[in-house]
Amino acid sequence: MRKLLFESLIRPALTERPPLASNAAVDELARALDGAARKRLGRSLAIRAVDAGSCNGCELEMNALNNAFYDIERFGIRFVASPRHADVLLVTGPVTKNMREALKRTYDATPNPKWVVALGDCARDGGCFAGSYAVVCGVSEVVPVDLHIPGCPPPPIEILRGLLALLERVNSRAGVAQG
Amino acid sequence: MPALIDLILTGKRVDNHFPWSRAVVTPKKWSFAVEQLAEGHWSLLGLWGEPGTVHMALLDEAAGDIGVVSLVCPDGRYPSVGRLHSPALRLERAAADLFGLLPQGAPDTRPWLDHGHWGVSYPLSARVRTSAATATPYHFLPVEGESLHQIPVGPVHAGIIEPGHFRFTASGETIVRLEERLGYTHKGIEGLMAGSDIDRAAKLAGRISGDSTVAYSLAFARAVEAALSVEAPPRAVWLRALMAELERLANHLGDIGAICNDAAFALMHAHCGVLRERVLRASDAAFGHRLMRDRIVPGGVATYLTDEGTTAVWSLVAEIRQRFPALVELYDNTASLQDRTVATGRLKVELARQYRAGGYVGRASGRDFDARRSLAYPPYDALTFNVPLLQEGDVNARVWIRIHEVEQSLSLVEQILRQLPGGPIRVDFAQRSGPHEGMALVEGFRGDILAWLRIGKSGLVERCHLRDPSWFQWPLLEAAIEGNIVADFPLCNKSFNCSYSGHDL
Repeated sequence: MRKLLFESLIRPALTERPPLASNAAVDELARALDGAARKRLGRSLAIRAVDAGSCNGCELEMNALNNAFYDIERFGIRFVASPRHADVLLVTGPVTKNMREALKRTYDATPNPKWVVALGDCARDGGCFAGSYAVVCGVSEVVPVDLHIPGCPPPPIEILRGLLALLERVNSRAGVAQG
Repeated sequence: MPALIDLILTGKRVDNHFPWSRAVVTPKKWSFAVEQLAEGHWSLLGLWGEPGTVHMALLDEAAGDIGVVSLVCPDGRYPSVGRLHSPALRLERAAADLFGLLPQGAPDTRPWLDHGHWGVSYPLSARVRTSAATATPYHFLPVEGESLHQIPVGPVHAGIIEPGHFRFTASGETIVRLEERLGYTHKGIEGLMAGSDIDRAAKLAGRISGDSTVAYSLAFARAVEAALSVEAPPRAVWLRALMAELERLANHLGDIGAICNDAAFALMHAHCGVLRERVLRASDAAFGHRLMRDRIVPGGVATYLTDEGTTAVWSLVAEIRQRFPALVELYDNTASLQDRTVATGRLKVELARQYRAGGYVGRASGRDFDARRSLAYPPYDALTFNVPLLQEGDVNARVWIRIHEVEQSLSLVEQILRQLPGGPIRVDFAQRSGPHEGMALVEGFRGDILAWLRIGKSGLVERCHLRDPSWFQWPLLEAAIEGNIVADFPLCNKSFNCSYSGHDL
């Protein structure tokens, strides 16, 4: 174990340079965050992931955000275990009817101010699962969505871009309020 | 011991069912097959419904034969398989929810996938009924005893994982019973597949379980090709195996790290996470998608694999070969970690055999089955590899099976890259007259995936059923956790790593 730990001291870091915030996401947020609470988040964002019936692909890429390459915590973004600790719900899947209530309750359990990010193509409108008797076709059918990150699944760098846009937007609003 | 083929021969053989046979049998013969299952002579590969018909896929391991028996039951009633052979129970409950097929004599008739939210009952049957979308209370099995308490967990879990409900009954720290309730991610995929063209159905198949998208696409493609008597070109066959092994590597590396992380050993998690990411990046470089989704299509593959892609995979193999042994040594020599994994969550050999547990769950508990070797579908018939086998059945054994499989997959990737033939990567297939049925059994990282489908006259998919290995692993988790402490559940659960979406469909 010591050898591995020493090695990590001398090997160059694997961590990627921070990506630029996604332009598309900034545009979307400009609309979404108007009138949103301006309470300063302290440059941190606590995310509660909710799988509302995804195929698990988005979860895999979300998990990848924690690896050494993306190291999402350096931006102050972290995944939390309870909606009560969360600022953001990161929701995946077309929202199955069997998960609708659980998603709604998770949203209700999240304190204000809160944002909802829908992750993946099927989270927007049900994607290829649209039309099934068992899905409600998109997160926005159940809870208000502030940002959508497309992809099937979106690669980690795209998720990061979207979240950074959210963070920047929230903080710039907060800065205005404070100034 | 009766051979499966004898049973098939007594029934009415169905034309154009490939590569194995299907026969429509009488209720008596159906019950005979159930007895053979219960006595352990054959094993159950799957059970699924259609309006007015129930099918059961069987494996005769002694003869190396697979067959499907079907029972026509216009009134929806058929002799229960689960009554004598419990691995069929949840499959029967699912078929009841979707098709209104009622297993006679089944000990458990609670709904499984249907939570009462769909607004319809029996959505895939010929007599779909609209119903009020009100959740019906679900009755968990009663638990009796002194000083027991219950811990309900889920469907929304604390980590970044899929939804499902676990009901623990504990006596102090010790779990007396775990009961799972699944179905939260049911998307009605089989309903969407029915009547869709092959391309759309293939896309859906690749979205049944994200971590096994390659394996599902492969199972679906092979079933289509079997039905239509199409052969994928050699290069495609080998590229498929390359993708399958890359997927296995990514998942096993991720799992090994995640299991250690659930024992609070973050160092392994960090290093395995790096290796997993390297696999995904190499896959992206080689096939243009990190998870290689939609890269296997009926008739071949969608990506040729360029020289740059080949180089990326070669350097990936070199990187893992260089880094992985130190991690294995770290796992093996960290006493505090071993203390958590050894003798935890033990799955008995007999249960693994009865449930036909696939993948690392089965192979860590003495079940020597791997579809790549047992069925030797191409190109695995031309490749050299071992199937690791252990008897202990604990978390540690499931980690070791994964470790050995990582080593085997590395060797397979090298062999494939060395022997990769040239030529076309996809063939077109013509429509054929009359309905054709095909099936395939493919080894995903989690175990064998069964695909069965019927393509109708118009070339559309009439019915497709895909059975995830998790169907036979989830119930075993309930058994393996008994007597362990609640705090060890994440560890045990991760060592099984069953699929929610693959199971719920």
